[in-house]
Amino acid sequence: MKDDVIVCRCEDVTYGEIARAVESGLRTTEEIKRVLRCGMGPCQGRTCSRLIARIISEKTGASIAEIELPATRPPARPVEIGILAKQDDEEDS
Amino acid sequence: MKKTAECVIIGGGVVGCAVAYYLAKRGMTDCVVLESEYLASGATGRCGGGIRQQWSTAENTELAIESVRAFSGLEEELGADIEFLQGGYLVLAYTDEDVEQFRKNVALEQALGLDVVTLTPREINERVVPELNTEGVLLGTYCPSDASANPFLATQAYADAARRLGVEIELFTPARRILVEEGRVAGVETDHGVISTPRVLNAAGSHSAPLAATAGVELPITPYRREILVTEPLERFFHPMIISFSYGIYFRQTKHGAVIGGFADPDEPSGFDQTSSLEFLRTMCAKLSFLMPALRSVKVVRQWAGLYDMTPDALPILGPVDRVGGFFQASGFSGHGFMIAPKVAMLLAQLMTGAEPDLDIGRLALNRFAEGVVERDKSVV
Repeated sequence: MKDDVIVCRCEDVTYGEIARAVESGLRTTEEIKRVLRCGMGPCQGRTCSRLIARIISEKTGASIAEIELPATRPPARPVEIGILAKQDDEEDS
Repeated sequence: MKKTAECVIIGGGVVGCAVAYYLAKRGMTDCVVLESEYLASGATGRCGGGIRQQWSTAENTELAIESVRAFSGLEEELGADIEFLQGGYLVLAYTDEDVEQFRKNVALEQALGLDVVTLTPREINERVVPELNTEGVLLGTYCPSDASANPFLATQAYADAARRLGVEIELFTPARRILVEEGRVAGVETDHGVISTPRVLNAAGSHSAPLAATAGVELPITPYRREILVTEPLERFFHPMIISFSYGIYFRQTKHGAVIGGFADPDEPSGFDQTSSLEFLRTMCAKLSFLMPALRSVKVVRQWAGLYDMTPDALPILGPVDRVGGFFQASGFSGHGFMIAPKVAMLLAQLMTGAEPDLDIGRLALNRFAEGVVERDKSVV
């Protein structure tokens, strides 16, 4: 795969950057997420996590079934602060 | 994994990795860092990334001032981008008690050489953050040299630099027991075997108390969940971290553009729970909507939680432990470990190599609790 192909579309992280991170010793999707931000964008890794697991598998020989995907965090989809804001009149309801 | 080492550091957060680096730099390269998961997987990687020098105790203020000095040269020293940014900290007072306390804090901080000033609400809007709703604000204290950085990148940079000097970092290797023989550290038992060593640094955050107990050392450290959220990235429109102790809130805009912030629920029970709650999300969004109405249309992307390793005085427990020779402490950071990590790590490296520390931290030793004199730092969110 070409180095400049974008794997994480939310944060513009390329195949080359992920491949180099794995070559430098990062072995899990959680570590790669923290160093390169892939999976921190609005889709939370729905698009890229499996692709990253495949790159780790290719580079390390680990079975893809053994590579865990990063934790998903709430909210499931991005939501506006103004919509989430708790209203005072709900305080005691 | 090595069978013997001159030093074993338990905890691959910013403190553990920084101590490993400064030890190796001082010549003690035969070190192993044990991390139960991956680097910064505990409190470091879950924190807000703020670097504040405004405190109510001289201990925290001095450690923070020296750490900002170290952070500002760290990218060059370690050869890595850690997103260090001096955007300042704006601390908001809402009550008469806040005002009285802040005046004492500012006097103490200025005496220690900090560039902190007191601002009226109008000055806050005119000079620092025009978008901030200052309704109810009595005054603010503003320190432009306060800063922020990316905790993952800082930890990774320290770890990489330590490795280059010969330190071994064992990931996914939980330490289970600190072995003691005749009143001295003898080794550390891990899931992957035993390492014999005369020196151990306990930098295991909220897990440091159960770990110390295996060596017969009792640490007054209690874990508390703290929650935090992050928004989609925006063009940067405000620079300081904005915090209020009476609201229990803090938020900043990262170099990447996202707004990151949290608040401390005063009724949070102690424990190791790190799950996220809808209650936090809704309350935090209400506070943000009030303080900065422009954020109402901005989307929250993620929320998560981490643990504060709280001590009775909200100050860390640092340095050698009297009862067990070779046992060194660096935990109990009470929610502000990242920001004082560089100086704390330098001092620990000095102590662990038998040198005289260049800042006296004897007051932060474990034995302070035996004396029953505990003056709590009041500047904790």
